Amino acid sequence: MPAHHDHESVYSGLLVNDAHWAFGTDFEDPLAGVDTTVPDGVDPAVLARYCLVLGDDALVLSHRLTEWCGRAPDLEEDIALANIALDLLGQARLLLARAAAADPSCVPALPEGSPVPAEDALAYFRADRDFGNVRLVEVPNGDFAETTARLLLFATWRLALFERLAGSRDAVLSAVAAKGRKELSYHRDFAGRWFLTLAQGTEESRRRVLDALGGLWPLWPELFRSHPVETAAAQAGVGVDPASVAAEVDAVLARVFAAADVPRPEAAPRVGGAGRDGAHTEALGRMLAEMQVVARAHPGGRW
Amino acid sequence: MTTLDRARAAAESVVDPELPMLTLADLGVLRAVELAADGAVRVAITPTYSGCPAMAAMRDDLVRELRGAGFAEVRVRIALDPAWTTDWITPRGRAALAAAGISPPGPAPRRGGPVVLDLLPPRRDVRCPRCESADVELTSEFGSTACKALYRCRACLEPFDHVKEI
Ligand SMILES: [Zn+2]
Repeated sequence: MPAHHDHESVYSGLLVNDAHWAFGTDFEDPLAGVDTTVPDGVDPAVLARYCLVLGDDALVLSHRLTEWCGRAPDLEEDIALANIALDLLGQARLLLARAAAADPSCVPALPEGSPVPAEDALAYFRADRDFGNVRLVEVPNGDFAETTARLLLFATWRLALFERLAGSRDAVLSAVAAKGRKELSYHRDFAGRWFLTLAQGTEESRRRVLDALGGLWPLWPELFRSHPVETAAAQAGVGVDPASVAAEVDAVLARVFAAADVPRPEAAPRVGGAGRDGAHTEALGRMLAEMQVVARAHPGGRW
Repeated sequence: MTTLDRARAAAESVVDPELPMLTLADLGVLRAVELAADGAVRVAITPTYSGCPAMAAMRDDLVRELRGAGFAEVRVRIALDPAWTTDWITPRGRAALAAAGISPPGPAPRRGGPVVLDLLPPRRDVRCPRCESADVELTSEFGSTACKALYRCRACLEPFDHVKEI
């Protein structure tokens, strides 16, 4: 056999060595070598919980979006939703890892010798009452119009938060936000264009997107209600009080609604607790049961 | 050639697992190659997107290449700040993308102040990498990987990937 250089065929290395696959057996610390020192004057428990709730928002919506894999209206949208889910999963992974580094006591205990990394322990071994995501991200996908409307609301809100979070005193959060806002601007504009298309499409597509928006609206005010952990994080200079982005988010949405000729919904806020406090809808428990079942069955498993 | 030069050359020869026509250096994800006091090579890489699934593969490839070049101790760290931008793709990298049928990115959007909402299909100065026609249409903002959009050439009718500006 002729000798050949490693890069002669770009895929040759992939075929002989399984360890080469990034999504194979090899977990890596997503913050390897990153300085995770908690800034002066910041309560590590507050920073950890704040990162955790922002991570949970992304993790739960990421999982909901992956439920579209192979089921979207067409191949392009299938791939788009999977890509958006991957971006959010990446943000979740960094935020959960940051939470664990700031306050290791927030990570569920696993059997001695378990190879499960901290961010996975947080994702797969917490119960729904320990998740701090807003309820908007956990309700089932519904149809494509509902998924579009939810993504528009979520990405508009999160982009505004991340724009400010890029100035966080915590260098890790600041870097995660500075990176994430580039991704979120693609997500928001993707959802905005589809919202417009559906609202101005057929009678049926307009009916569906109006129903979708009206159905989600009661969960919307929760995103701007300052939770004590958000207030504390904002006061410490590491977080953003969501109430402070309400006007900006509203202005962006108003532009989309005007372009789509859609009236702003008027549904009253949904009653009940807040997702940030772990008070969720039934849907989250069912979603987590499916998301976590394999990991929980094999707490010592390597993937 | 100094020891650091040799380490740098080895690290700079490693290609991206998903865009194997590009080296990590040409993609702009290789952020630093240094020699530590104990003789170890310290390498910093940055993810293109938050969910980049290729970081471990990049790390393994860097370690393998540097070990092959005689460096026993290699430490790869992740650099999150500043965030990767397509502006870091080198001219050689852009040429390699085009030669492989992938349209290279234009200038990344300028940051500063809130990101303006864009409800129209993105306007880019994109040419078909196959026939160089400017008569192209966007098929999807999200392509085969997170960093690419999908286009179609109306002249030669072939689909192609475009690396999105971020
Ligand atoms: Zn062409």
